[in-house]
Formats: sequence, structure tokens, C-alpha cells
Amino acid sequence: MNEVDKSLLSKISGLEAVPPGAYNLRVNGSSAGRADSENVSIRPKDDGTGLDIHVRPGTRDKLHIPVIVSQAGLVDVVQNDFFIGEGADVSIVAGCGIHNDSHAQMRHDGLHIFHIDRNARVFYEEKHYGEGLGSGENVLNPVTDIFMEAGAYMEMETVQIEGVDSTRRITRAVLGEGATLIVREKLMTHDSQTAETAFEVDLNGDDSSANVISRSVAKDRSSQIFLSRINGNSRCMGHSECDAIIMDNASVKAIPEITANHGEASLIHEAAIGKIAGEQLIKLMTLGLSQEEAESQIVNGFLK
Amino acid sequence: MLELKNICFEVRDDSGAAAKDILRDVSLTVDEKCFVVITGPNGGGKSTLAKLIMGIERPTQGQILFEGRDITGLSITERAQLGLGFAFQQPVRFKGLTVQDLLSLAAGRALDVNSVCGYLSEVGLCAKDYVEREVNGSLSGGELKRIEIAMQIARSPKLSIFDEPEAGIDLWSFQNLIRVFEKMRETIKGPVIIISHQERILEIADRIIVIADGRVKAEGAKNDVLPQLLVDSGACDFYKGLRI
Repeated sequence: MNEVDKSLLSKISGLEAVPPGAYNLRVNGSSAGRADSENVSIRPKDDGTGLDIHVRPGTRDKLHIPVIVSQAGLVDVVQNDFFIGEGADVSIVAGCGIHNDSHAQMRHDGLHIFHIDRNARVFYEEKHYGEGLGSGENVLNPVTDIFMEAGAYMEMETVQIEGVDSTRRITRAVLGEGATLIVREKLMTHDSQTAETAFEVDLNGDDSSANVISRSVAKDRSSQIFLSRINGNSRCMGHSECDAIIMDNASVKAIPEITANHGEASLIHEAAIGKIAGEQLIKLMTLGLSQEEAESQIVNGFLK
Repeated sequence: MLELKNICFEVRDDSGAAAKDILRDVSLTVDEKCFVVITGPNGGGKSTLAKLIMGIERPTQGQILFEGRDITGLSITERAQLGLGFAFQQPVRFKGLTVQDLLSLAAGRALDVNSVCGYLSEVGLCAKDYVEREVNGSLSGGELKRIEIAMQIARSPKLSIFDEPEAGIDLWSFQNLIRVFEKMRETIKGPVIIISHQERILEIADRIIVIADGRVKAEGAKNDVLPQLLVDSGACDFYKGLRI
């Protein structure tokens, strides 16, 4: 890895060196390092399209699956399947950083499929970041498919706050009995960037629950679309919340969709879009901050 | 320290015509280390006066001097940087910013947990429960109010303005609030101006200014103004704290 790649890696995963435990580092379409741990195996698929990651039942572990794209014009497509064994408890740090000094588009389309066995717990963290001096677009299109067995639990935190010109994010989940899914998304777009994010959750098992929370900031001429579709197909609880700050000449569209197909499904959607409240700016200005500093503090806090 | 000269403030209707005079020719002086309570009936112009001092509103006419300098044309930020501080009547909520974040912004430096706990303890909050809390709708009115006051203590401005610190808080919080202001009165470093209806707060004052119908109706030492004020308002218990 060169210095650019190392810097990207640090930004998306906090890693300064090869992490302890299981990991796969993908740089410009191929593996630049991989290790298993005692209970986690990471194997390339036979057809070379990505990885199969197996976590043994009942184990606690942390693994890193970061992706770096810094080769001009590269379109990187990958599918990783995660098989989380019964009762396991794992933390997974993924994410993608793009550095683009070229005039060509650079893109990473990552499909992550989670098969989470009974009573297993997953904490999944995904940061997306773009940079570079070229006029070529940085494009990230992550798709996450989640299949949760009875009693499974997953928390997913996604962050994309800088440098990604276009993103289409799709997250789909199917929950079995007593399964719980919590998604927290933080998103910021600026200049003429576009971001579309869509969630589709099927609450199929009794006592399953999902909470999808999105906070976003749209600046300049950027545009965002947030779609949340929750289907209550059992005795279940579903909640989604889209909270957006709009600035300058940006646009934000929030499309809630909740469908109850069962008499004991309880579903809520909340959506709010608005500019930074004037009283918030005034409060911080009474502490000695300029208006610009106050805006920055409010936005950074909102996306923290 | 602070001088208001012939301050007028009028609001205009949509056509730009003057619709109502909120303040009419208000002149007053607040000296160094003076604990001043501004009181008077609702709608009399008290909060507007406080906002004019902080620069949140601009006077239609008149002049505001701070430490001998004309600050009438200065922005909120510039006044804050000169040493004016303002605690809101209705504290502002922030999604994402924590109590520690706001107290650090108020203090002008990154505060560690111990320092944050110190300020929160001063306003009677059990510190550990609050340091990481977001200053959002999950906090009660009384909690927000005390955090607002803790911000002023952390900021330690040359001149502090509190706009109805008692508004919206429960009786238990109010007892703590009085203690906070009594302590502030004992350790006063610069002038403190409190907008209040509360007799208990009026009793702490060095000076009391009564604003009604946009004018200064009475002004003077507490012992000169308060007895008459209580007589005047007596029957409605206006100043007895029953409006909390």
C-alpha cells in the first residue's frame, strides 16, 4: 500500500496497520492481505467474485473487511457472504475509500449478504469516504442483504459524510421470530452530489423488531432520497425515522412506507426535513461562535 | 459597565409601518458587580430589553454602551466575545450535541468529564447521568434550564443576563435555582441581570428595575423598590411565585 491507500484505510476503518484477528484488505480489486482467526475463516469464492466469511457458532470476535480504490478508472464489484454461526457475537468493520485524481469515474459496488443464525449478534460498521483532485466521479453503491434467524440481533452503523459524488445504497432485511435489527445511517452530501438510500425490511417472525434511523445533511446543490419500507407480516414492532437538515439549494425527499399485513403489527414512521433552527445558531453565537462556526458545530453534532 | 441610552424598539407590520412600540425611551445603567433584577408584567418589554443588550434584537433608536464602548451595531458574536453572556428563557435543544459538547463550547475549551461534572453539580444535576446526554427533547424543562445556567457558569462572562430562569421549571428545581443565584450573588465577579417575576429572586437583588408598558416604571435599590412592588401587586400574588 502506498501513502494514499494507508490514509484512506485510516479514514474508513481507523486502522494504521494490519489489524489483529481476521481481516481481508481489498485494494484496487484484489486482496492485499488476509488472515483468519481461530474462529473466523475468510475464503475467496471459487469464481473469484468475492469472499465467503464463516464465523463459528458461539464465538466472540472482531473482523475487518475494508476496501480501497485508488486506481484510475477502476470499477470494482464484489460480493461477500457472511455466515454467522448460532450464538456468535461479532463486530465487523467494513467500508470503502476512494481516491480519484483522474477524470474517469471510479466505482465500488459492494454486495454484502449476512446469514445470521439463531441468537447470533452482529455489530456492523461501514464508513464510506471519497477524495481526490480529479474531475472523475467517486461512486459507491453498497447493497446489504440480511437474513436473520430466530433471536438474531444486528446493529448496523453506516457513515458517509464526504467526497462521494453518487451513491445508491440498498439495505434489505428479513427477520425471523424474535430477531432485532437496528440501523443507524449518517449521511452528508455537498456540491452536486446525489445519494439514494433505500431500506426494505420484512418483519416475518413474531416479536421481531426493526428500528431504522437516518440522519442526513444536504448542502449546496446536492440531492438525497430516503426510502424506508417496512412490512409487518407478524406480531412485530417497526420504526423508521428520517431526520434531515437541508441547506443552501439542496433537495431532500423522504418516502416512508409502512405496511401492516398482520393484526398485531405495530409500525411507526417519522420524517422531518428542515433548515438549521435560527435559535440554535443564535444560542451558539451567544457563546462567541461565528454563524459559520455555529453551523459547523450543529452539523457535526447532528452527524456524530 | 453597561449603559442603555434612550432605547426604543418598535415592531412593524407587513407593510413596514410601525405597528407597536415595545420599548419607549428606556435609559438605565448597570454598575460593576451589581446584581440587577428586571421585573414587571408580561408583555412589558423585559425579554426584549435583554435581547437588545445581547444583540439578538436591534433597537429602533438609542445606544448601548458596554465598558464605555458603543456596542449598538455589534453582532451577537462580537458582543459575546466582548464578554456578554445570555441564558435563554426557553433553552434551545440540539440533536447530537451533548451536555459535555455545549459546556465545552461555553467554556471556550474542551472540558474533561471532571470539569463538566463540577459545573453540573453547581446546578444540582447528578453529573454522571448527564455528561454524555444529548441536549434534546429527552431532557425535561427543568434539566434543560439548569444546563443552560451551567453553561453561563462555565462561560463566566463579564456580564451575565438570565431571561426568566424560573420559567418552566418545577418547584423542586426552583429551590435549587434560588441557591444557584444566591451563590452567584456571593461570588459575583461582574454584573448579573436577571429577568424574573419571582419574589425569592427579587430578594437577592441589589437593584430592581420595573419595566411596564415599554418604560422604566421604577428603579432603585431593592429595599426601596421591592416593598412598594409587593403592595402594588399583592392581591394577584404575581410576585409570590404562583406563576411558576
